[in-house]
Amino acid sequence: MWNLLQIELYKISKRPRTYISFIAISAIVGIFQFAFKADGQSYMNLILQSVQDSFELDKSKAINGYFMCYIILNTLLIQVPILVALVAGDAISGEANMGTLRLLLTKPISRTQIILVKFAASVVYTIGLLIWMAVMALFLSLLIFGADDMLIFRVKGDESQILQITKDDIMWRYFAAFGYAAVALTVIAALALLLSVFAENSIGPIIATVCIVIVCTVISNINVPIIDNNVKPWLFTSYLVGWKGFFYIGTTEEGVPIKGSIENWPAIRNSLNILLAHIVILLGATMYIFKKKDILS
Amino acid sequence: MSVILQVNHLSKQFNHLKAVDDLSFTVNEGDVYGFLGQNGAGKSTTIRMMLTLIAPSAGSIDILGKNVYEHRNEVLRQVGAVIERPDLYKYLSAYDNLAIFAKLSGLKVTKQLIMDQLEKVGLHTRAKSKVKTYSQGMKQRLGIAIALVHDPKLIILDEPTNGLDPQGIADMRNLIISLSKDLGKTVIVSSHLLSEIEQMANRMIIIHKGKKITEGDVKQMMDPAKTIVDIATIDDAHSLGLIQTSIYADLLQANDGGIRMQMDKNNIPAMIHWMSQAGIQILSVQPRHSLEDYFLSLTNPANYVESASN
Repeated sequence: MWNLLQIELYKISKRPRTYISFIAISAIVGIFQFAFKADGQSYMNLILQSVQDSFELDKSKAINGYFMCYIILNTLLIQVPILVALVAGDAISGEANMGTLRLLLTKPISRTQIILVKFAASVVYTIGLLIWMAVMALFLSLLIFGADDMLIFRVKGDESQILQITKDDIMWRYFAAFGYAAVALTVIAALALLLSVFAENSIGPIIATVCIVIVCTVISNINVPIIDNNVKPWLFTSYLVGWKGFFYIGTTEEGVPIKGSIENWPAIRNSLNILLAHIVILLGATMYIFKKKDILS
Repeated sequence: MSVILQVNHLSKQFNHLKAVDDLSFTVNEGDVYGFLGQNGAGKSTTIRMMLTLIAPSAGSIDILGKNVYEHRNEVLRQVGAVIERPDLYKYLSAYDNLAIFAKLSGLKVTKQLIMDQLEKVGLHTRAKSKVKTYSQGMKQRLGIAIALVHDPKLIILDEPTNGLDPQGIADMRNLIISLSKDLGKTVIVSSHLLSEIEQMANRMIIIHKGKKITEGDVKQMMDPAKTIVDIATIDDAHSLGLIQTSIYADLLQANDGGIRMQMDKNNIPAMIHWMSQAGIQILSVQPRHSLEDYFLSLTNPANYVESASN
């Protein structure tokens, strides 16, 4: 399997489209960093408008590397599924389109192995994207903006909250958040891989994956009780932004943040379980369908 | 001579289309076996079933005495194939393509192994060039190198001369003959051109609309003095039994239960006389001219009508 994975990763690394995602992430992060370096105070004034009478905040310290990374992830992790679909959606359909799928399947490797290797390569690619995002959004931001305590702005129920996390309590939360994001994006990779089995060119599965993510995200954001109770709990898109839970720090009854704590770990664990169940189901379906498929390309 | 490939009552149904219909044939060790049929006859579907790309609706395929679907990986280690176009990773070099497929075949890849293989097909000087810069002939040669790199016993080539120029076709023909003669490989080669098969193969099968039309030794089948004769009788099964025990038994051709014989047309009256004496009640005797004419009739029915009326 390791041999096969090496071959798969080599093929991915040699395709120019692989690097589009890394360039896109660099560009978006760069624009964010430039904008905040140039005029970050205006942004802070805007989001603190409603609470600046109640709190005394040093706005210049609020914009730091940790805060920048949080803002960037908040925006970017919604778009990254498209980038993941670019590679995972091409995994089988791209081979069918090139005509190499039939040659691949005449070699003494089982179809299950092929799917597992394609999936593993998509996961490696997804983790690579996240590592690149961490380098650009976290470490580069820390270099540019420095490190300090982080403020999180959050709407909980009807009230707005500002959570403060001390700088020595942040880094592990980012590692956990990136880990969670890797699981969430792996669901997208598994979905794109499943759709890839049905197609003979990669455009279809990539667009179909993006459409499914958009539709499910819209449904996840509809606030109607019948959907809240019966549909949302089963949609993977309801859990894509669950990484934020690692930054919702637990507090005492008096509202004092507890260092090293998470407000609702069971909710995060539940989200992870549902995402993992999606991965297992999608991957299982992909293997079943691919094993039965007649290769006519 | 041992049997390399045994196809038994193979069928494939795609929705309402029966692409392959109860096909049976045998390929022996060392054969260059021609698989002949017009476009859409079911050649590629059959080849894809041999390589487990398509699952049969019925029947079985044994390669080297083992069922392909039950011992897939074990069998495929002994098979090399080029199916239709030799499509490869165009963004990679010939070296990379060959190395990838050699590894997938379970080989321990060394630079020497890959360069030796590329040299055999005359691509060693362009080893590092990307495949997208290759001509069709070069891609075809690289496809052959990939099919041969793991030293398989059986080589399956589906329409290997498609898209090649005349020189490329001649080179491919020589390579196929040399694979059998010099290296002792068994080769199955499909084509829609009878002339091509005639020049390469020692045995062949003709299929049409998924069914076997005829199978046998190429030299015998292509003998211009021999005519294919389809005979209808009151009781074909009984008549067939009588013929099989007569002096005409060697002339019988496979015809799915019908009576088909290949003979010199001057012998037809004598054979009819013998059949009458043997008590066979003949309904019709239809000479079908030479195999070439017959195959032409399958490819273009208008040609057959013209040929038959002459």
